[in-house]
Amino acid sequence: MTMTHTFKAFVAAAVLALGASLAAQNSTPDIPFDTNADLLKTPLDLFVGEVGGVGQNSKGQIFVYTRTGHPYATLGDNRTFARGGSRLLQFDRTGKFERELGQDVYGFNAAIGLRVDPQDNVWTIDAAASQIVKFDTDGRVALVLGRKPETINVRPGAPGGGRGGPEAGRGTPPAGAPEAGRGAAPEAGRGGAPGGGGRGAPGSGLPGSSFNRPTDVAWDRAGNIYIADGIGNTNRVAKFDKDGRFIRQWGSTGSENGQFMGVKSLALDAQGNVYVADAGNKRIQVFDGDGNFKSQFGNIGTPLTMCMTTGSTQYLYISHSGDPDGMEDAAIYKVALDGRVVGKFGSAGKLPKQFGLANSIDCRNENELLVGEMTNWRVQRVTLKASR
Amino acid sequence: MKRRLTPSLTPIRMVTFVVALVCALAMMGPHLSRPVSAQSKAIATNVPVIPHEAVPNFFKNPPGIYTGENMGISTNSKGQIYIYHRAYETRLFEYSPQGTFVREIGRNNYGFAFAHSVRVDAQDNIWAVDEGTDMLIKFSPEGRVLMTIGRREDPVNMLSNMPGGGAFHGRNEKYRFGRQTDVAWDQQGNIFVSDGYFDARVVKFDKNGRFIKAVGTRGTGNLQFNTPHSIATDFQGNVYVGDRGNARVQVLDNDLNWKANYPNVGNPWAVCVSGGPGPKNPGKQYLYVSNSWPDSAPAAAADFTGEVYKMELDGTIIGKFGRAGKAPGEFATIHQMDCRDPNVIYTAEINDWRSQKILLKPQAMKSSAQ
Repeated sequence: MTMTHTFKAFVAAAVLALGASLAAQNSTPDIPFDTNADLLKTPLDLFVGEVGGVGQNSKGQIFVYTRTGHPYATLGDNRTFARGGSRLLQFDRTGKFERELGQDVYGFNAAIGLRVDPQDNVWTIDAAASQIVKFDTDGRVALVLGRKPETINVRPGAPGGGRGGPEAGRGTPPAGAPEAGRGAAPEAGRGGAPGGGGRGAPGSGLPGSSFNRPTDVAWDRAGNIYIADGIGNTNRVAKFDKDGRFIRQWGSTGSENGQFMGVKSLALDAQGNVYVADAGNKRIQVFDGDGNFKSQFGNIGTPLTMCMTTGSTQYLYISHSGDPDGMEDAAIYKVALDGRVVGKFGSAGKLPKQFGLANSIDCRNENELLVGEMTNWRVQRVTLKASR
Repeated sequence: MKRRLTPSLTPIRMVTFVVALVCALAMMGPHLSRPVSAQSKAIATNVPVIPHEAVPNFFKNPPGIYTGENMGISTNSKGQIYIYHRAYETRLFEYSPQGTFVREIGRNNYGFAFAHSVRVDAQDNIWAVDEGTDMLIKFSPEGRVLMTIGRREDPVNMLSNMPGGGAFHGRNEKYRFGRQTDVAWDQQGNIFVSDGYFDARVVKFDKNGRFIKAVGTRGTGNLQFNTPHSIATDFQGNVYVGDRGNARVQVLDNDLNWKANYPNVGNPWAVCVSGGPGPKNPGKQYLYVSNSWPDSAPAAAADFTGEVYKMELDGTIIGKFGRAGKAPGEFATIHQMDCRDPNVIYTAEINDWRSQKILLKPQAMKSSAQ
């Protein structure tokens, strides 16, 4: 075959592939839906900001972990201490504000997720503190995973970045600075004793338990905990037992099977399979509970978050945003667990029924979702209607 | 006494404009290479003075309530007054038409970090323009958030910029600002944003916050800006941009095409078009422009800044009032003005942590120009 022929064949194949892809998108049915975009009712002096996470418990109470108030930096000895910027609010099932949880806690800085477990505990995920905090039904802190870096060390050696020097590079890696990463292997994460003490790795925990901008949490039926970690540079899934003891981790940065480019979300099905939203690779990867790769699927755009329904036939709702502002290209897909897209709804924008970075979905009720948005500072209750 | 300056594109007026611009640049002289705060003496001369007075102690705060640097001030259709200011936190206060403190709006919402301006739209919604979070926050009259445009940077990314200072970047992103400065609307509800310190452009959005168009790069030509610092519209939808660093008001049409420059009234920190945001009413509209006393070296330019010009919309100067200073009726760095009623000017001032209610007495104008 000549080069020309090869090229033509390639073009033909590309055209065919593109055509097939477009056909798949065009054939995805739109799911009729309605929303209540004015769901959450707060007092006039309390503001829901960017919604990192929303979830409801078995009683229908709604919990919102939101970026509101102000991220502060307190000046300290050669360091700045970041604090504030997020709050955890509880609403009744009609959206009326009930109370706040976790007032003034140490690790509420940049809300990025919230999940309610089957026992109605509320779990918050924070992308600046790099912590997951479990609140029991009385609102008490029941478990803390990961340690907040004493100084959120974004630039080793810079003011506020600790003592700098060579050792700074092996501490908690700077978010967004992949070259300074500690890699995903557990032995590389040991930099310093827990507590750090301002040298080495302030905030480093036990091997494998220190996160870098984690995004999500899920559980299997035994109560084991899975953490999506995350949007820093670790690109892994970490597994803990129900008491928070580290069990294992898997994943690294890349686009091969078992590699990730930004772990945005995860969810487990009833069989204990782990679905991981791999945003940079525009795909969902499926693993067994030990982290063995099973399969993957795409055609779901750039996933921001997922929610696994709990009925006898389970589905994933997957939020897609194709632009960083939630104004150009967005949809929520309903996907069968084999990757077949069942339908989609929503678009990008600020009006009701549009989504501005839908970063959180609650699908306790398969046809009545809660969708939390970052840029639109709101939660919409989405009612899906029967197709056709 | 009226002088007409470069209101349109006729060749002769273009020449006039170019000459005026060259004069302006010459007068800025050694300040040209410096950032925007260098303040120039207004070119306009022999401008009649409009008698004015300040209502004494108009704004009354209860004990324990203080305003800081008053950055923004705006009235609604009922005469309520909003002041957006920098205190311990950046805060938004509401006052009664009599100047009595009523309430605070938006406390601890995510969009407040460093006040820059506040404007009230035709439906009495209150828009806070915050240059610390790069956000516009639209509040209902009740004080609930209805919409935001722009986005506060992720906290971890903000930390990576510390200790900061920042610099012009001109990223021109559709839905992100670079320390934007002000907002205005046309009669269709389209949104116009002057953006800002780190961009140099004017952005137009539709009423639902969807990007329509942006114009502007950094520079001194037409449709170029050097810190577009304040923005206003008239009932025809024309857009008046206080191009502060270039010492001119640039006038754009509703599609953001260049129409005219008014280069004769100093460095416009604040521009205001009378008549309110709408709906369109039969009142004649005027343009007010403040050649504010600069805030970085207050003593330096006090003898040739601080005055406010009243102009026809075509750029004809009618008169001026005020001077730099901290006594009542003097202006301590006006940062924003409200001129819904053309003879009642509210000024938000940085340097003396205050706002004033100014009454103009144009009927008492004498012919003795200074």
